[in-house]
Amino acid sequence: METMAKPQHKGKRYRLDKPELLAPAGNLEKLKFAVHYGADAVYIGGQKYGLRSGADNFSFEEMREGVEFAKKYGAKVFVAANIYAHNEDIAGIEEYLRNLYEVGISAIIVADPAIVDTARRLVPGLEVHLSTQQSTLNWQAVSFWKEEGLPRVVLGRETSLEEIAEIKNHVDIEIETFIHGAMCSSYSGRCVLSNHFTDRDSNRGGCCQSCRWKYDLFQDDRPEGTWVSEEEAGNQVSPELLQPGVTQLPLHQSEDNPFSMGSKDLCMLESIPDLIEAGIDSFKIEGRMKSIHYVATVVNAYRKAIDAYMADPEHYVLNPEWLEELNKAANRPLNTGFFYDTPDHEDHIYEPEEKAAPYDFAGLVIEYDAETGTAMIQQRNHFKPGQEVEFFGPDNTFFKQTVGELWDTDGNSLDAARHPLQAVRMKVDQPVAYFDMMRKKKIIK
Amino acid sequence: MNKKPELLVTAASLEEAAALLDAGADALLIGDDRFGMRLAGHFSLEDTATVVAMAHARGCKIYVGLGGLMPNRLLAELPAYVKAIAELGVDGIEFGDPAVLMTVKKEAPGLNLHWNAEMTSTNYATANYWGSKGASRVVLARELNMDEMTEMVPLLEVEAQVQVHGMTNIYHSKRKLVESYMSHQGRPSDGGSLGKDRGLFLIESERQNEKFPIYEDENGTHIMSSNDICILEDLHVLMGAGVDSLKIEGLLKPIAYNVAVVKAYRHAIDLYVANPAAYAFREDWMNPVKHLQDPERELSFGFFYKEQVF
Repeated sequence: METMAKPQHKGKRYRLDKPELLAPAGNLEKLKFAVHYGADAVYIGGQKYGLRSGADNFSFEEMREGVEFAKKYGAKVFVAANIYAHNEDIAGIEEYLRNLYEVGISAIIVADPAIVDTARRLVPGLEVHLSTQQSTLNWQAVSFWKEEGLPRVVLGRETSLEEIAEIKNHVDIEIETFIHGAMCSSYSGRCVLSNHFTDRDSNRGGCCQSCRWKYDLFQDDRPEGTWVSEEEAGNQVSPELLQPGVTQLPLHQSEDNPFSMGSKDLCMLESIPDLIEAGIDSFKIEGRMKSIHYVATVVNAYRKAIDAYMADPEHYVLNPEWLEELNKAANRPLNTGFFYDTPDHEDHIYEPEEKAAPYDFAGLVIEYDAETGTAMIQQRNHFKPGQEVEFFGPDNTFFKQTVGELWDTDGNSLDAARHPLQAVRMKVDQPVAYFDMMRKKKIIK
Repeated sequence: MNKKPELLVTAASLEEAAALLDAGADALLIGDDRFGMRLAGHFSLEDTATVVAMAHARGCKIYVGLGGLMPNRLLAELPAYVKAIAELGVDGIEFGDPAVLMTVKKEAPGLNLHWNAEMTSTNYATANYWGSKGASRVVLARELNMDEMTEMVPLLEVEAQVQVHGMTNIYHSKRKLVESYMSHQGRPSDGGSLGKDRGLFLIESERQNEKFPIYEDENGTHIMSSNDICILEDLHVLMGAGVDSLKIEGLLKPIAYNVAVVKAYRHAIDLYVANPAAYAFREDWMNPVKHLQDPERELSFGFFYKEQVF
């Protein structure tokens, strides 16, 4: 087992450089939530060159609006342009990069050196961050990219905390690592299962997650030298050698779960001090395809943990509420990836994956009236009087209550909030604020 | 006179190296398991010296695979190894990690650098980028189609190498996935091999006829294609486009099979170069290969003629 990175100095050392909390934003609305809930920067996808062809992705107009919104909070917007380009992709890169710079994007996240090189030459004002898709694992490779003019490298998910600390000691460069969310179990970019199974190119955004499919494991049991041509198989070689069960030994029994490469999701909330002390500059949350509720909940939990540590590292303790919060948005079991040790059988998912996140986003607070103790809620999912709901927000909002009477904007009483985005007024037990969220527990049928 | 493309084959051992050179290979790819990636076999420095002498005596070349994804701890061992193989007179190395490029430029600046990032070497501009950093050759991704490859060649400022035969890697993880699965089943591998020699494979439930070899080594877990590329029928298209090196992947194949494959491609290349106009592929060139082909593995065009979406 690899040991954790040790601080360099004798005695306890506290690093006081505050890491950036970097959140995914699959669309403009998610961007606003991520920023409001405490992300220092968000990363989004444009219409081209990204790896999430299934996400909404931003037009340049939406990017401009996102940048304006983020600016009010002092937050930055990055664009993932992390495909491995094919010949046909090359021609449009220059125009695309110019447009990104023009709308105020702070940095692009790039895997393909052709795009790195074009960006450095053409739009030097646009920062280039090397994507995790490059699977950068060592300090010498990191120093290569620094010499190429890159201020930041997103390391491969396979680096341990100890290795990250070594890299930081060797190279003066910003290091970004994923700290939360789903993980490729392969080296990123080194998987073409989708290409082989479904003719969908994973490195251009077509990944169909074949790593989460189920497989059976066998051992070839043919004696060596029995490979024969098809016609010979028909007449000369004893046919039983080619029967399944004789020529292949199943390495699974009927009661076993099938083989899978699917990984548990990453969660480093309990290791915030270790991450900060290793010198990681940017903490990245995965999930451009995830919901608003997910992004807000996860960002909120990490924001609180980071701020608490930075305020008083010596007396920092993990608040179990933060972890409970994360679990309300999680849809897979969690682990710590490669940070402490190479993942083993505890870190993969062999059982059927049926779990959905246990909570739904029910409503968004758009107004609070302190005099009447009521809030105007924008409906995001069905809710009705008598149901237990939970309010949470980036500041101090965090309480449970039962939904009482509901009124529409004309003051008519409602038996339920049924209509998407309908404005509904209700009494709240504690003060709430614009952008606070109301969630309800899913009813498991 | 047409440019004669190089016929490059992987070799797993000195014995196989000798057999492949006899069969007509122009160059062999070998390496050390510490630094190479999915090598057919391991060559110590002593074996490397022997194989270099063997190849050079026939005017053939030896390339060394240094395609591993290097963790910090390997950086300390890399310079001495690079220096040693350069002194043995190897003709070039394959790399993917920029750390290898930097080390070679420092320790053995004369050594040819072949950029091989496997599935991510997908366009001419990136190949030329690595060319500007000192690479003399790009190994094209096997997921490209024939049109992408042939249109790329005139735009390249480096040599192009294309895999024409054999299996390909389709998934690589640092995780020990077979060992993990066996532990999960409650039947850990108890020291038994999970490596290339074990003959492990996966079957996906909706693809019962496709067997995907899987093995573990110090680089993690590797899953390989269920079919073998074979582009002999259209080799003239690649040669006509000016591809510089045609590679046969011999990983997980018996020597006799690789010898038969080398002979078939040798025959085609020689005939084509002698007289391209009169060249015509003949189905019977394939017979010795088909005779030894694993009946459970299809000989296929791979992605040469496939449309992929995303």
